[in-house]
Amino acid sequence: MNRMQKKAVTLSTAAALLLGAGVAQAQELTVTSWGGVLQDAQRKFYFEPYTAESGVKVIEDTWSGGFGTIEAMVTAGNPKWDVVQVEADEHALGCADGMFEKIDWAKIGDKEAFIPGTADDCGVGAVVWSVILAYDGNVLKDHEPKGWADFWDVKTFPGKRAMRRNPKNMLEFALMADGVPATEVYEVLAAPGGVDRAFAKLDELKPDLVWYDSGAQMLQLLVSGEVVMVAGFDGRVNNYNKTEGGNLKLVWPGSIYATDFWVVLKGAQHVSEAMDFLAVASRPENMAKLPTMAPFGLPQKAAADMVPDEYKAVLPTAPANLEGAIPVDVEFWLDNNEELTQRFNAWIGQ
Amino acid sequence: MSARTRRRLLARGALLSPLVLFLFFFFFVPLFNVMRSAIYDPVIARAFPVLSRSVEGWDRAGPPTPDMQEALIADLRGTTPEVLGDAVRRLNGMSSGFRSLMSKTTRALEAAPDPATRVDLLAVDARWGDPLRWQAIVDNLSPYTDRFLLAAFDLERDSTGAIAAMPPERAANFAYFTRTFVISALVTGLCILIGLPYAMLAASVRGRQRQLLLAAVLIPMWTSILVRASSWFILMQDQGLINGALIGSGLSEAAVPLLFTRTGVVLSMTHMLLPFMVLPVFNVLVAIPGNLMPAAAALGANPLRAFWHVLLPLAARGIVSGSLLVFMTSIGFYILPAILGGPAEQLISSLIAMYSTKAANWPMASALGLILFGITSMLYVVFGRIGTTPARRN
Amino acid sequence: MSATTSPAGTAPAHPTRPHPIIRCDRLSKSYGTVRVMENLSLDIAPGEFISLLGPSGSGKTTLLMMIAGFEEPTEGAIWLDGRRIDAVAPFRRNMGMVFQNYALFPHMTVAQNIGFPLKMRGTPRREIAGRVARALEMIELGALADRYPPQLSGGQQQRVALARALVFEPRVVLMDEPLGALDKRLREQMQLDIRDLHRRLGLTVIFVTHDQSEALTMSDRIAVFNKGRIEQIGTPDDIYDRPRTRFVAEFIGETNLLTGRISGGQLRLPDETRLALADGNGAGEGDEVVVSVRPERMRVIAPGTMPEPGANRLEGALRDVVYLGDHLRLQIDAAGQALVVKQPRAGLAPQPGARVALTFDAADTRVITS
Ligand SMILES: Nc1ncnc2c1ncn2[C@@H]1O[C@H](COP(=O)(O)OP(=O)(O)OP(=O)(O)O)[C@@H](O)[C@H]1O
Ligand SMILES: [Mg+2]
Repeated sequence: MNRMQKKAVTLSTAAALLLGAGVAQAQELTVTSWGGVLQDAQRKFYFEPYTAESGVKVIEDTWSGGFGTIEAMVTAGNPKWDVVQVEADEHALGCADGMFEKIDWAKIGDKEAFIPGTADDCGVGAVVWSVILAYDGNVLKDHEPKGWADFWDVKTFPGKRAMRRNPKNMLEFALMADGVPATEVYEVLAAPGGVDRAFAKLDELKPDLVWYDSGAQMLQLLVSGEVVMVAGFDGRVNNYNKTEGGNLKLVWPGSIYATDFWVVLKGAQHVSEAMDFLAVASRPENMAKLPTMAPFGLPQKAAADMVPDEYKAVLPTAPANLEGAIPVDVEFWLDNNEELTQRFNAWIGQ
Repeated sequence: MSARTRRRLLARGALLSPLVLFLFFFFFVPLFNVMRSAIYDPVIARAFPVLSRSVEGWDRAGPPTPDMQEALIADLRGTTPEVLGDAVRRLNGMSSGFRSLMSKTTRALEAAPDPATRVDLLAVDARWGDPLRWQAIVDNLSPYTDRFLLAAFDLERDSTGAIAAMPPERAANFAYFTRTFVISALVTGLCILIGLPYAMLAASVRGRQRQLLLAAVLIPMWTSILVRASSWFILMQDQGLINGALIGSGLSEAAVPLLFTRTGVVLSMTHMLLPFMVLPVFNVLVAIPGNLMPAAAALGANPLRAFWHVLLPLAARGIVSGSLLVFMTSIGFYILPAILGGPAEQLISSLIAMYSTKAANWPMASALGLILFGITSMLYVVFGRIGTTPARRN
Repeated sequence: MSATTSPAGTAPAHPTRPHPIIRCDRLSKSYGTVRVMENLSLDIAPGEFISLLGPSGSGKTTLLMMIAGFEEPTEGAIWLDGRRIDAVAPFRRNMGMVFQNYALFPHMTVAQNIGFPLKMRGTPRREIAGRVARALEMIELGALADRYPPQLSGGQQQRVALARALVFEPRVVLMDEPLGALDKRLREQMQLDIRDLHRRLGLTVIFVTHDQSEALTMSDRIAVFNKGRIEQIGTPDDIYDRPRTRFVAEFIGETNLLTGRISGGQLRLPDETRLALADGNGAGEGDEVVVSVRPERMRVIAPGTMPEPGANRLEGALRDVVYLGDHLRLQIDAAGQALVVKQPRAGLAPQPGARVALTFDAADTRVITS
């Protein structure tokens, strides 16, 4: 090693020490969720009780999804987030790609207490939520949309529509609008020609579509009247009705629900604290309080049962709301995510 | 070299070293990495070291040789989940279904932990009999690849290895590039159209008035881009202030669509970038001797011709550097089109962001970034020269 | 230079010719509440070379700019050749103009600069080339046609500016301190060149300067400006030898001012010394007056020597002597006043402190209404 190199090494070591020192010692845990009322509720019912019990400070961050963000952090090493709430397909993807620490179920409790499919070695179910057709009841007064076919019907319901800039769910909705029954959507999508059919249907609506990336954006588009309907997130919509006295309406049949998972990033600095935190966040009595503030479904039956009745009706897990709704097919998206994302982006761009 | 000159050189070097170090670590190293990852993608080679030594003798069209199957099994047993994960993600991007195929296969291998047991891949999943699956792996065993650079131009290599156009439903990069340049050119043109007269006005007045005029373009620059984007959002709504004024004044019957249109995006970008035009032009204009325009008039030039023959050529340097600044900044715009634009206003950065933060396809993001960097550098060299020519004359 | 030489070969123009090419009629100019020009009238004859001379801020540029059209008079009117022009745009006035710092276009070559006014007048390209070539020849800069102004020396730039102002053969040329930035020798050379062009081309020139010797050398007439008014207008002789006000007397050249009262047709100084004055001075008995005598009109004589008949004589103490080549400049305290005398050396070698006598003719006195 010549002098130059030696100097560079010394320098980078010094830099690493400087940067690393502050983070490593402090008693803290970085938790990243999706912001909005959901994170407010999580703060109140999970983060604060956890800090009270353990003395570990919770540093919060928010994001709007994106597997690349996680991949980049984990690959670079020393991810700055410890615990992240991810979507179902990101959970499965990261699990397959080895992006998450193994969940220590001995600390957290009974895996079987969770609804099947919402707890495994890679993640712990956090909330259940839907992507759903929503509109403003004060705007569409006389004639109310009943399903995705109406979402596509720009004659009866003139105006723009907002969709998430993401092929997941949007292709499913296109097929439903094209007359495919909800229960057969993934079958058709996986069959030859299914994807083409979905894109052809999306083509019809393209001139009237607007895209959003975050939940906040989705809500603003709807309540500002910029769009007449959204394929949006039920939690944000319900919360707006509750806190702002809005009259936004949800069309449950044809909605697609999914579970978000808590995961611990591989190589995170506070894995042990993370497991302790997940234990607190998974306690049924803590979980049951969440819907009193943020209208999200719960992946533990015991917790779901404890939710006071007046809060149950708007949850995606309420039996009435599950009628005609389907769960997202994680397997399908695992296998087709890259190709469909590329095609979806090409389609948007053309 | 005398001791004194050496000391002076050393002192100069010491003064420069922070900048050099900064540039090295925060510009050249990342730039090199971006360039490298656009053409160097070792994830598949890393995951299948054994397989890469046993592909000789395979005819590509037929089923995999027993050797290759053995090798693949050995590789699957030998690599860590992280390494395999990277490879699977890439493979799944080229050929859907790889992810479930791989997890199914690794599960089957875990069920037979003894390396001595023979596992028949085709029995695990019939898809292993498809030569296309094997081609996807084998063709990407070499870490150096032009695949991403080609893809950035909507090109790919067909099964014979020749360069061919991508099928239209997957080809959009070119559309993104053209759109980015069209919108940037529009914004630059508008900035000249608005910024030049404005700078002329600011340069022609003095004292308080000038400060006020300059502050008016500068103050928005101190506001965060997000705040400004949301302000534009509110202004440009159908029930927003702009449409309110248009309808209220009778200029328009119905709301003019601004949000999610190109008009809106171009307007807001112009607003954001106007200072980058006004300031360089203003700087050049105030440096023009005050008696040149009167001189032109005294010599018989009407205001328009005086502007055309005297002011414009003298301001050209400022206009060119302003245009370069505006154009190159527009090319990189991301947040504003994302918030205010519809799908047809998304620029190349949104694509890069998608490939990096969503799809975790770093080589693709790098390839696009590299091409963008190449184009901007070229523009800079060409127009930068035009911009400095008049100054060199004296 | 000698103050008495009138510019050789030209008849002094009369101030009130019947058809002035330019007539300024009761011009006033205010910037906001500040009045910078007051009721100024001036007629300029065709072919005349008139200098506007005055201290800084006296309104010379303001008047020139009004004639050129860059400033609008607050009151009054300007006529060019019988046509009222104060509402005509500058580019239509067809006057040549040379600016203080030349105002050459830095992005055009010398040839392009000179061709510019022709191009603006739609002159055919070939004709432009020919006229530019001739203009370049006139200023002797043919070899530099393709240079850019920043590559020229000050004097060369000056000449290009001149050629550019003249190439389209305007009848009136305005020049605002065109020689201000040149060194002395170059300035003198250019003075002759401009003078020469003026005569050859029959131009009417309005020439702003605050250099009195320049004005005296070049002009047919000089208008002396003070605080936005014309203090006096006349030939260089008039202005120099017959200053009508104290301001003019002091501003043009050096002068000795003697203050006193008229008594018996003579000037009685405060110390009772009596001095004879030129005839027809217009001063009345008992008036408080100021009398101007140019330093070169005074002579030091040996004490005790009697002056020539009719000449005034004063005695005093020599305070200082300055040698100016072939001249002496003597400062003398006499009759309670500080006086300056300029005279040839002619073997004189007085020492400071010595008692001296000085003398001057009554005809060289000039009574100024104060
Ligand atoms: N744009 C203006 N605003 C206000 N006052 C002005 C303006 N231009 C000139 N003045 C005033 O008018 C008066 C005459 O100015 P002008 O430029 O004519 O003087 P000048 O005789 O040319 O002086 P100089 O020899 O210094 O060039 C000055 O007091 C000047 O301050
Ligand atoms: Mg002046």
